[in-house]
Amino acid sequence: MAGMVIIGAGECGGRAALALRDLGYDGPVTLVGDEPHLPYERPPLSKEAMTAEAPAIKAIASDDLFAERSIRHIHSVRAVAIDRAAHRVHLSDGSSLAYDKLLLATGSVPRQLPMPGLGGRCVYLRTFNDALAIRSHLSAGNRVAVIGGGFIGLELAASARKLGATVTVIEAQPRILMRGVTAEIAEIIHKAHEAEGVAIRTGQGLAAIADEGKEVGITLAGGQRIVADLAVIGIGAVPMTALAAEAGLAIDNGIAVDEHLRAADPDIFAAGDCCSFPLAIYGGRRVRLEAWRNAQEQGALAARNMLGADEAHAAVPWFWSDQYGLTLQIAGLSDEGKSVVRRDLDDGAFILFHLAEDGRLVAASGIGPGNAVARDIRLAEMLIAKRASPAPEALGSQAVKLKSLLAA
Amino acid sequence: MSDWVEACAAGDIDEEDVMRFDHAGRTFAIYRSPDDEYFATDGLCTHEKVHLADGLVMDDIIECPKHNGRFNYKTGDARGAPVCVNLKTYPVKVDAGKVLIQVG
Repeated sequence: MAGMVIIGAGECGGRAALALRDLGYDGPVTLVGDEPHLPYERPPLSKEAMTAEAPAIKAIASDDLFAERSIRHIHSVRAVAIDRAAHRVHLSDGSSLAYDKLLLATGSVPRQLPMPGLGGRCVYLRTFNDALAIRSHLSAGNRVAVIGGGFIGLELAASARKLGATVTVIEAQPRILMRGVTAEIAEIIHKAHEAEGVAIRTGQGLAAIADEGKEVGITLAGGQRIVADLAVIGIGAVPMTALAAEAGLAIDNGIAVDEHLRAADPDIFAAGDCCSFPLAIYGGRRVRLEAWRNAQEQGALAARNMLGADEAHAAVPWFWSDQYGLTLQIAGLSDEGKSVVRRDLDDGAFILFHLAEDGRLVAASGIGPGNAVARDIRLAEMLIAKRASPAPEALGSQAVKLKSLLAA
Repeated sequence: MSDWVEACAAGDIDEEDVMRFDHAGRTFAIYRSPDDEYFATDGLCTHEKVHLADGLVMDDIIECPKHNGRFNYKTGDARGAPVCVNLKTYPVKVDAGKVLIQVG
């Protein structure tokens, strides 16, 4: 028996490997990753890994557990080619592995700025080692330029402020968080950053950026120059699809898989950030998600289907971000909505319910201190999954418990 | 071990809901199940030390508000990723309309 091979030892690949064992599979399970570490959680990299006194990897499970479960972890190695006819994957160290089923959980990498040769003071964040490199430049009085007002950039900005750095966020779009976050919520996050002393420049493209040896020189499209000790670039992520593309698998904004996460080969699956898949709750709309929970859920689902379950992905997309004391949570895709109902909670927290034209609840976005919105966002997620069309006045009234709408 | 402490009044918690209770520098979560029984566990999720009382109770499951780790609050059993460490549970009794927990 050749066994199961998983390419990519992040959250998704790691969860898939553990799930195969949870499901009772007792053949060989091999997890191949290009980092030196066992699978670890990436969400803390922009937050606790920056601000904790001693940054530590948060492993998704202990070394012992992977050993106990007989999961073979090949680290610091990339997969370079898939021989689909021979059911064999070739690795960068010259070795190769036979597989019965192959899972591609290759993830995504930071989108690169088009300017070549940026230099060591211009950095991206994806791995724990990237986080350590960024952290070494974050100290009181240092000047940090964050290129990109998305989640990674804003979370890093918040962490850098906590450490006393001077922070400027530069965003080419007219506002921060253009993708997936409504203006009303983005405005609250924008104000929180300004209140904490972050300078935000929106609507400003980059004309030039260069590591000038002792500092980074940045020129905005309008001609203004900004000088920083460190530039962190967070302008999105691109899926790792080269391996799949070279093997002749279909690519469509990610490795294209069906609702069972199967690629254009019955023995190859893809899951997590690297794949695009049809989302049943939105009529089969093809999406690619860069999200921690999706990586977990799809890793586990791929494992079940590699063992023959034939189960369709049905989860509602879910996402969160922490900045200062605020937490944002989003269930569903808000761009599916045509109208919005607001529900105010205690302590200034609120939830926006996004309704489709026919009244169906398609998404909910909430923001507030601590975990103020968590419970209602979770209930909204269940309502979205049920394709419920709750009365707008019930959604808008704090007096009506969302849980009561679930039973309806 | 007779260190029973009063956590709240029985009516303070709705059915199928949870409440936070802090005592002597520790934090607990007190639950009222859909069939009107009371339970108590440690107050913080074993994954990232988040207060479970902000989470959602569904049947006999408490779900962490941060990352959706799930526990059976009656037994403390962890129910899947990202949580793998069980929650500690505490004996509970209801006496004269008061919920008491044995903090041990």
